[in-house]
Amino acid sequence: MFLNFDFIYDMGVKLLLEKAHVEGIKNYDVYRREGGYRSAEKALKTMSPDTIVEEVKKSGLRGRGGAGFPAGMKWSFIAKPEGVPRHLVCNADESEPGTFKDRYLMEYLPHLLIEGLIVSSFALGSNDTYIYIRGEYAWIVDILEQAITEAKNNGWLGKNILGTGFDCNIHVQRGAGAYICGEETALLESLEGKRGNPRIKPPFPAVKGLWQRPTVVNNVETLCAVVPVINMGGEEYAKIGVGRSTGTKLISACGNINKPGVYEIDMTISVEEFIYSDEYCGGIANGKRLKACIPGGSSVPILPANLLLKTAKGETRYMNYESLADGGFATGSMLGSGGFIVLDEDQCIVRHTLSLTRFYRHESCGQCSPCREGTHWMDRIMRNIEYGKGKMSDIDLLWEVQGNIEGNTICPLGDAAAWPVAAAIRHFRDEFEWHITNPDEAQKRNFGLAHYADPFLNITA
Amino acid sequence: MVKFNDIQEREFNRLLARYPNDKKKSALLPVLHLAQDSFGGWLSSEVMDYVASLLELKPIEVYEVATFYSMYNLKPVGKYMFEVCQTGPCMIKGSDEIIAYIGVKLGIKPGETTPDGMFTLKTVECLGACGYAPMMQLGKHYKEHLTKEKVDAIIEECRKNAATNN
Ligand SMILES: Cc1cc2nc3c(=O)[nH]c(=O)nc-3n(C[C@H](O)[C@H](O)[C@H](O)COP(=O)(O)O)c2cc1C
Ligand code: SF4
Ligand code: FES
Repeated sequence: MFLNFDFIYDMGVKLLLEKAHVEGIKNYDVYRREGGYRSAEKALKTMSPDTIVEEVKKSGLRGRGGAGFPAGMKWSFIAKPEGVPRHLVCNADESEPGTFKDRYLMEYLPHLLIEGLIVSSFALGSNDTYIYIRGEYAWIVDILEQAITEAKNNGWLGKNILGTGFDCNIHVQRGAGAYICGEETALLESLEGKRGNPRIKPPFPAVKGLWQRPTVVNNVETLCAVVPVINMGGEEYAKIGVGRSTGTKLISACGNINKPGVYEIDMTISVEEFIYSDEYCGGIANGKRLKACIPGGSSVPILPANLLLKTAKGETRYMNYESLADGGFATGSMLGSGGFIVLDEDQCIVRHTLSLTRFYRHESCGQCSPCREGTHWMDRIMRNIEYGKGKMSDIDLLWEVQGNIEGNTICPLGDAAAWPVAAAIRHFRDEFEWHITNPDEAQKRNFGLAHYADPFLNITA
Repeated sequence: MVKFNDIQEREFNRLLARYPNDKKKSALLPVLHLAQDSFGGWLSSEVMDYVASLLELKPIEVYEVATFYSMYNLKPVGKYMFEVCQTGPCMIKGSDEIIAYIGVKLGIKPGETTPDGMFTLKTVECLGACGYAPMMQLGKHYKEHLTKEKVDAIIEECRKNAATNN
């Protein structure tokens, strides 16, 4: 297949980051000169809101915030009661451990987000669009506000944009430190000046969202991806990737790799290529061996090396929604937010899992008891095991507690806290047991590389 | 009595203008940030009551929000707050050693402030800089790829800034 399009690179298609390194791209003039705001021009001048929604549907674009829900379908659900304003809200809360891609987009390509927001606001009929950004990204607020001012000065925001009669303003609101505010209904509560307690659904935000008005919440990357979708057309966009994993995805890679950073992939490359190729992670740092990886942000199941690179059926695993999920929770994981955390042979799974139970205990909003109590309980047991005070029965207790949280809560944070623990026990039980049977030694050294985590050498640990 | 000065007042009005007239409460989080920055880096009950009066809220509506979010300080903090990330990806890259090193260097434990009121050490959860670990937040900015030498230099720089600004 040949695309008559100027986004082709040897190493794969770049739809979002192609211009990230152009000098001065943060500024309007450079961004515009490089072809920026073409999608806004095309959408507002030649398309109706409904045809934009249709294009996004055709593109197969799935939400990039974690859940992977089709964006066009979500847009088509927005209620349109007479005389009630509607809102688009951009989720820039980015707090899932391992995830730092939205920050990259906003820092380096602020106008790409603003352009995506203009097109999307027009499609949804949002005259006041909000970017809810995590409070710690304080300096990025200035970058975004400058981009908004420039866009406004050049006629892309404000009243009667391009003579279409469409008015739109974009406002940036800072959060104040709470992971749960990334959950869309908690985010809306926070935007209303309240504690970030998730709402019970239904009603869904598409019917009653911000100030009880119809609202769409989308991730930063999703809204940026609307720009190439409109520029190239939904059908062309859908040709990139494979199956229901269309387009490109940003992966933020971290941990024990040679080249941590944010990479744009088309979703046809294998996990092995992503980790070992110099184009991406550049292999495991310091010549060590791969032990395990959390491929989609801290909430998704951790996989040992053998199940990461190949599925349980022995097939190559690829960096896309379907392949990473192959095997379900028994032997698979998820693409999630694209937060790719790599652990080498010297890392301790128990210690790493403890850092995550502490995280979720800290971030539970406390509304439902299975999550509030369960996250505390898991954290306490994990701490005992890590610090040499665990009992064998603690492993089963952990398993039971995580099972009692999953599926019994108002929002998915409960599941997100349960899954990492479940997967760590499922795949690394020997390591938990070793901590319990060797409490003193476990304070001094790590368990190391288990034989089942080594896909290449058939050694016994 | 606490009160915004003219510049702060202008910023307050700018924040308020983002929301519909009858949705003033929506400005609460940004106004609390502004108040914290304006009145010594923390939110006393006097400051929270002032914010409540500005936004026509009951004080409890402000307290319950201020206590929910981790970025609002409910007691005084040092002039420079080192907020070091300790979550998994940073831990893999040695955040534990960095936290311990800062603690020894400043003679304080996480959660404490130096007696001269200059530094506070705080451990925090993932700040979205996992690829540039270990890291910490210092005021409005991030300090990334931390090493002991880098920590020394940051402490030195803070001391120098404090001396010239007084
Ligand atoms: C605990 C929790 C935290 C979340 N954090 C984020 C986040 O930081 N950023 C984000 O875009 N979505 C986050 N989500 C997903 C949002 O609820 C929502 O699905 C997303 O913003 C929808 O956008 P998308 O369809 O474009 O992905 C989170 C969900 C949960 C349950
Ligand atoms: S699952 Fe946890 S975070 Fe979500 S509403 Fe319940 S207590 Fe709050
Ligand atoms: S884990 Fe430290 S910034 Fe993400």
